[in-house]
Amino acid sequence: MSDNLVEVRDLSFSYGGRLVLRDIDLSARRGQVVAIMGLSGCGKTTLLKLIGGQLKPTQGKVLVDGESVGDLDLGALYRLRRRMGMLFQFGALFTDMSVYDNVAFPLREHTDLPEAMINDLVLMKLNAVGLRGAMDMMPAELSGGMARRAALARAIALEPKLIMYDEPFAGLDPVSLGVIGNLIRRLTDTLGITSLVVTHDIQESLKMVDYVYFISDGVIEAQGTPAEIRASHLPFVHQFVHGEADGPVPFHYPAEDYALDLGVAHG
Amino acid sequence: MANGPGYWLRRMGARWVDSTWRLGLATRFLVLILLYSGISIRRFQLVIKEIFNAGVLSLIIILVSGLFVGMVLGLQGYETLQTYGAEESLGILVALSLVRELGPVVAGLLFASRAGSAMTAEIGLMKTTEQLTALEMMALDPIARVIAPRFWAGVISMPLLAALFSAMGIFGGYLVGVVLLGVDEGSFWSQMQAAVDFREDILNGVIKSAVFGVAVTTIALYEGYDAPPTAEGVSRATTRTVVTSSLTILALDFVLTSFMFRGVS
Repeated sequence: MSDNLVEVRDLSFSYGGRLVLRDIDLSARRGQVVAIMGLSGCGKTTLLKLIGGQLKPTQGKVLVDGESVGDLDLGALYRLRRRMGMLFQFGALFTDMSVYDNVAFPLREHTDLPEAMINDLVLMKLNAVGLRGAMDMMPAELSGGMARRAALARAIALEPKLIMYDEPFAGLDPVSLGVIGNLIRRLTDTLGITSLVVTHDIQESLKMVDYVYFISDGVIEAQGTPAEIRASHLPFVHQFVHGEADGPVPFHYPAEDYALDLGVAHG
Repeated sequence: MANGPGYWLRRMGARWVDSTWRLGLATRFLVLILLYSGISIRRFQLVIKEIFNAGVLSLIIILVSGLFVGMVLGLQGYETLQTYGAEESLGILVALSLVRELGPVVAGLLFASRAGSAMTAEIGLMKTTEQLTALEMMALDPIARVIAPRFWAGVISMPLLAALFSAMGIFGGYLVGVVLLGVDEGSFWSQMQAAVDFREDILNGVIKSAVFGVAVTTIALYEGYDAPPTAEGVSRATTRTVVTSSLTILALDFVLTSFMFRGVS
């Protein structure tokens, strides 16, 4: 068994003739939290979709638990996905079901466990994310942070080997942000799973991840442990870590000459 | 801008090509629904839940509309038949109009606007909020788990709703014709019983409504599944469901009627 649960080798992906990702090499060791960071629209969510098998690579390979995701047929892909959990940006809870039923959903669909045992499992998962008291609430009644915690309980219901988080910190208040960050770390350690976190929240991520990849314009620009990233002098990483408005990533979207646009240019 | 004849010709051509594509994709979608119907058969409670949403919740509008349509038929029919002294045949007129045409067609139109639009909006929003992707990532096929049960619920509900619409309409015709205007009750019912044929009239009406059920539900589910994941996309898809299914019902009705009632005098 390889040390790495996820291995991405020489991966390229183009969409509609545009190269979105180029020559990506990345790996996630078992039991680690790995962050994939970059600005919005840099291709990091696409990378997550490629790992989850929602998209097929144009070139290169994605290996999850030793299986090449892009080459699997639908049956094999679905079998592999039972070993994966995914936390969507806004939770993606089923809005016509209570929190309890949402967490019970994968168990009821994929196992023949008796309802009493499902009840115990659901309560354990909800307790792990601190929402046992909210089990009868409907998704519409939950705050953003609570919805994400409930979705996290659903993602770990089948005890997957890998959990992918798509922007888990987006739009959260500082307290919820800390709670989610803590949960990701704690669940990874206690359940022995591997976590892949796609985010642009650098400060929260550096506190709890084991390894960071920076993606910019579809290529891996930098990588390292949080300590190495903090100490990095690469201009892009420096700009990202310190949240500077201008730098290698310009403030202005590429445009025509300002004076020309205003019609005040001479000659 | 280039708004010459070439431009408009290109636009028309593009729309035609686009519509043909959509028709093809919707047909493929229907085939996929049929192929992935295993779960709906094995776990029929999923279909029953959707029958509640699509059928039971449409009951009020169907029953009330049926009653009023029947009452208007009774009133108008009585006015015309009275001229020829044939008001005893009111029962036939009301029953045949409802069972053959108005029942399936009006119930179909109401079903499209009440249940069809709700299905499109629900599926569209499930897509927008990534619930369908979440299902896929949980190793469950959205067509099998979400779409197919709704499809069968629509196909089962539609003939039942059309039958209830017709029954309610006949009752409305009875209320106006017999109770209000004084048509002889015995002739009203006995002439109806003698003139309405089970196979020619009732069965053909049921077949029509089942076909409308397939058409409306397929259009509604396809539009929802295909909707761009934005607020505007879902609202457009919902409108398109109502417009497309209404037109489809009316066109299909003409085709079916011309096949079914050719030899009937």
